Formats: sequence, C-alpha cells, structure tokens
Amino acid sequence: MSELVPEPRPKPAVPMKPVSINSNLLGYVGIDTIIEQMRKKTMKTGFDFNIMVVGQSGLGKSTLVNTLFKSQVSRKAASWNREEKIPKTVEIKAIGHVIEEGGVKMKLTVIDTPGFGDQINNENCWEPIEKYINEQYEKFLKEEVNIARKKRIPDTRVHCCLYFISPTGHSLRPLDLEFMKHLSKVVNIIPVIAKADTMTLEEKSEFKQRVRKELEVNGIEFYPQKEFDEDLEDKTENDKIRQESMPFAVVGSDKEYQVNGKRVLGRKTPWGIIEVENLNHCEFALLRDFVIRTHLQDLKEVTHNIHYETYRAKRLNDNGGLPPVSVDTEESHDSNP
Amino acid sequence: MQDKEYVGFSALPSQLHRKSVKKGFDFTLMVAGESGLGKSTLINSLFLTNLYEDRQVPEASARLTRTLTIERRSVEIEEGGIKVKLTLVDTPGFGDAVDCSDCWLPVVRFIEEQFEQYLRDESGLNRKNIQDSRVHCCLYFISPFGRGLRPLDVAFLRAMHEKVNIIPVIGKADALMPKETQALKQKIRDQLKEEEINIYQFPECDSDEDEEFKRQDAEMKERIPFAVVGSSEVVRDGGTSRPVRGRCYSWGTVEVENPHHCDFLNLRRMLVQTHLQDLKEVTHDLLYEGYRARCLQSLARPGARDRTSRSKLSRQSATEIPLPMLPLAETEKLIREKDEELRRMQEMLEKMQAQMQQSQAPGEQSDSL
Repeated sequence: MSELVPEPRPKPAVPMKPVSINSNLLGYVGIDTIIEQMRKKTMKTGFDFNIMVVGQSGLGKSTLVNTLFKSQVSRKAASWNREEKIPKTVEIKAIGHVIEEGGVKMKLTVIDTPGFGDQINNENCWEPIEKYINEQYEKFLKEEVNIARKKRIPDTRVHCCLYFISPTGHSLRPLDLEFMKHLSKVVNIIPVIAKADTMTLEEKSEFKQRVRKELEVNGIEFYPQKEFDEDLEDKTENDKIRQESMPFAVVGSDKEYQVNGKRVLGRKTPWGIIEVENLNHCEFALLRDFVIRTHLQDLKEVTHNIHYETYRAKRLNDNGGLPPVSVDTEESHDSNP
Repeated sequence: MQDKEYVGFSALPSQLHRKSVKKGFDFTLMVAGESGLGKSTLINSLFLTNLYEDRQVPEASARLTRTLTIERRSVEIEEGGIKVKLTLVDTPGFGDAVDCSDCWLPVVRFIEEQFEQYLRDESGLNRKNIQDSRVHCCLYFISPFGRGLRPLDVAFLRAMHEKVNIIPVIGKADALMPKETQALKQKIRDQLKEEEINIYQFPECDSDEDEEFKRQDAEMKERIPFAVVGSSEVVRDGGTSRPVRGRCYSWGTVEVENPHHCDFLNLRRMLVQTHLQDLKEVTHDLLYEGYRARCLQSLARPGARDRTSRSKLSRQSATEIPLPMLPLAETEKLIREKDEELRRMQEMLEKMQAQMQQSQAPGEQSDSL
C-alpha cells in the first residue's frame, strides 16, 4: 500500500458541464428554495467529519482540537500533568462525539496518533498512519461495491489531517518533510505551527516564509491544493490563504481568564495574557474559520472526489479493471467507534 | 595585629588570587540538545557576547543526511581584570535526523578524547604547559513542548552523566505558564531519579553562612532544572519604560533577568558567578580520575576489576562496565615493560630458590623465602 506515493495523480473523469440556455423567468418559480430543502435534509441527517491530528507529543494537539470544537472531544484530561507513557510505536486512536449547534448535528471523530515522532528512531513512523487512512478508503470501497449497499455509507475516511510543526524558529525538521511528502497525496494535510506563543511577530513571519518555501521546494502540496481550485474565485481566495496565512500559527487553550471585563480563552503568564481568539495574538481564529466555517464541506468533497477516487482507481487497476469482490482478508476494523 | 604572633600565611589566599588572575582562567562549556531550543541565544545572553553571529541554519532537506558534528568556538572575555578563555562546544545536528540511534556516541567519544589527551599530556615528559581541553560542564537543553524527558534525552544523559557535569535546563521557557513549568520540572526530576541519572550537584553552602543565605541557596536549588529564556536584544517595554533584555510579544514583554519570568539569573549566578571553579574541580578530581582509573586498569589487568579503588568514586554506579578504550601508546608500553621486568625477576627468584634447594642437604627443610 505504501507504493502510492510517486505516481502522478490520475485525473478523475469530470463530466462536461451541461450547456445551458439562459432563459428569463416570467414569474417566481421557486427554484431557489432548493437551498432551504437541502438545509432541512442536512439538518435531519446530520453529517460526519473526521479529523486527524499528527505531531510530536506535547505540541498541544488535543487542546487545539478541543478549542476548535469548543468541547472535550479529544482524549485529553483537563490537567497539566498527563501521566500517560509515550507508546513505543505509533498508535491510532479514534474517538467519536456527536456535537450539535443550531439544530445541526455533527458526528465528529478525532483521530489521534500518539507516539509519532517521539522515539529515538522514527524511521517510517508514518506508515501506520498511511495504513489507517487507506483502510478507511478500503472500507468505503467495499461498501460501495456491495450489491445490496446501505443508503448512507458510513464515512470514516479522514477528511482533514492537521500536522503540527514544532515552533523551533529555524525550519522544518526532516521528519516533517518525510511525513508530508508521503501523506500529502493521500489525505488533505493542513500544517499548523503549534504553541506559537513562543515566537515574536518577526520570528513568526520569518518562520512561516521559510516553511512555505521549504514545502514548495520539496513539492509538498498542502490543502487547499492548487490543482483543485475550481474557478477563479476559489483560486484568488485560496491563493491568499496559501501564500500569506498558512501555515497557521496557533495557540490552544481550554482555560478562561478575565480580560477587560470579558471571559476569554487564553493562557496566563506573568508577562501577560495570551488570548486564543485575538488575531493580534495568534491565528487560531483563522484556522477555525478556515476549517469549520468556510472549507468544511470542501474538505469532505476533495477527500471524496480526489483522494478516494485516486485510491479507488488504483485498486481497480490492480484488480484488472474489476471491482474487488472478496478483498484481502483484512477484517473490517472494529477499531472505529 | 601583634607582630610577634603574626606569621603571615593568611596572605596566602590573596597570593593565589593574584597568581590565578595572572594566569587567566580556562573554561570549556558544552551545549547540547535538539535544535530550536534557544541554545545559541542563551549562550549569547549568559556571556553577553555574540558567539553565534551570522549563523546559517541549514534547511530541513539539507539536514536529512547531515551527521552530527562537534564544533568548537573560543572567545576571550575580560571582566574586572580577570581574563577568561571560554571555549564553547556545540553539537549541531543532534536530535535532528529521523533516525537518531546512537547519535550521542560522537559526543561521548569527544569527551573521552579530551580526557585521553589530558592523560597523555600528564604522563608525558614536559608537563609545564598542559592545555586543558576537557569539557567542564554540559548544559543540556530540554524541550518545553514535551512532557518531560524524551527517550532521546534519557539516552543522551545516561551515556554522558558519568563523564561530564550535566546541568539540565528547560529552553524557551516562555512557552509555559507558571503551573506548567512547575509540573514539568517535577516530572523531569522524577524521571532523572527513576533513570538514575546523576546531574551536577551544586555543593552545600558553608555551614558558617547565615540563615538567609542558606535559605536563598536552598530555594535556588529547588528550581533545578532551570527554566530559561534568552535574548540578544534589549527592548524598551512600554509599561516599565526602562530598557530590559527581553522578548516583546503582543501581550507583554518577557524580561530575561526578571526572576518571576524565568530562572536565567539563577543559572547565571550558579554557573558563572559561584561554581565555575567547582565545576572544574569536579571534572578533574572525579570525572577525569574515574576515566584515568578505568583506563589504566583495563590496560594493566584486562578483564579484572578492582573494586576497592572504585568504591572511592562515590558518584559511579556499581554496575558500570568500563568502555573499551584505545590503548595509549606510551603508558601501555611502560606497563608492558614493567610487567616484563617483574616476570624476569620472578624467574630469577625461582631459579635461585631451586638452586638453594639443591645445594641444601637432602632431608633438611628449607626455609620458605
């Protein structure tokens, strides 16, 4: 499964847009209510979102996810002194929660990868992660090719992978490059600079520039990938994000403090209070808006239309163009909640 | 002062002082830890010099195949008429690679090479100008982002703790809130104990110091490992308006020399102001002697282990096995020659004994010699 990397991505066939004749409506028809109908349906069914976090231990991954979704969705206990031992190999731990907001139900699964990058020898420590991601594609594929298939296939595919970069201030570490090189073709990777409260404004901006350049030089395409910008509007919006904002330098917190009469999420130090949602302090709000408020659906679509299709095409090719009937006897994993 | 009873050797300390001032002072400090923990900035802050001007930090792709290197930099600092030749040993590349197995071995080898060199010089004919290049202290930087010592930290410390004075510090400590700092320090202390790693012990203060001093000293020792922040810039914080060495953030300014912000002052005081000499002495009297003893024993009697002389070295663990050392040419030759002599003498003795037995009348008991 780990040979997926060097091939150029096969372009999935996209049907031509139907030729449309612009006709003027003579009265109100009501086509625009489709939006409302879709909204109602979505609210009834709810939707799945699976987010994976990868990075060395102690970079604040769990805290950040909890801050993103404003609830204890990650496995961290709210204490400063986590007693857990670093596992000897990379483990994959998926925890699901149903969160609700404004009548919309989301089944959120957070996939943690403890042990990544923590050993003395981290050779190939991304392999268990790549394996997990491909297993979810495989699961989905199996369901899809079933004769009697479910109305709504449960989606356990990883829609977004947050990769945590250590704020060294120098450049990316060799392990960062290796991971992103291998995985950026398989899943949407969003690099973030963790614990960014150790960098001053100049250090932050220099570091971001250097990281962007290194990613470019190494041919690593993080989400939003340039090749999938659908139109000019997308391109300009995403260009700005790609070239200026990313990687987002974030700070996470699950503690509130009083600042100017308001309760804010932050970190209190003897020299000041760092406000997580203050754009002058860190870019958490940008990350949150990006992942949740503007690109959530797109993350899912790119996963389904691009990454999954790539996997599917390769599997069918390997199988001589036939759908896999009884696939390798890897049991459908009950590792998922 | 009654002239009759005054001999004058109370002037000895000031004589020593004058001599050492004239001679100048050598100190070799090693700095180790993974990159990006603020090591260079801290050194610049500690010694108020720019030892790391014009640094070029290589990019990640260059670091993929880079092996660990040992770099040495010297600078002469003068303060109050005292000249210090400070040599800094740096270990760029440590902890960088994807596979860091055994990456501490070159560092251990380096330290032993300095001991080897000193041993050779000491056993040589001209001992007037021995250059002491031994490493007197190793500042080991621990990441504030981890949850205590990482496997690599433990491996390095275990390989080095019997060979050099280790002072662990937490770098970039402004990443932590006060409670987090406390928890991290405690975790590190627990781990050091669990892994039986012996860090440098700041000596007890003299019993004739006053209570206040003792209390301060004890308080300072509680803060180990020191959580430090370094800065090569002097900033003018809007609030305080006086220029301070620090780091300016949008939410406030960290002052390097403010004891409520970090332990920089403690480190500077304990390392530079009060314990430089002790570090040198421990290096010579304990660590170097340990190396020397192991080395000579393994040459004189390969395989055997002399327990009595090792028990004097209180800091060593009883189960330590001496690493195989490269034989030192002259000392080995000397020892071999002595062995040869001994053997020849023994042979002669045996011959003489046999002759005496023969010459004695049979039946008489010969006295044992």
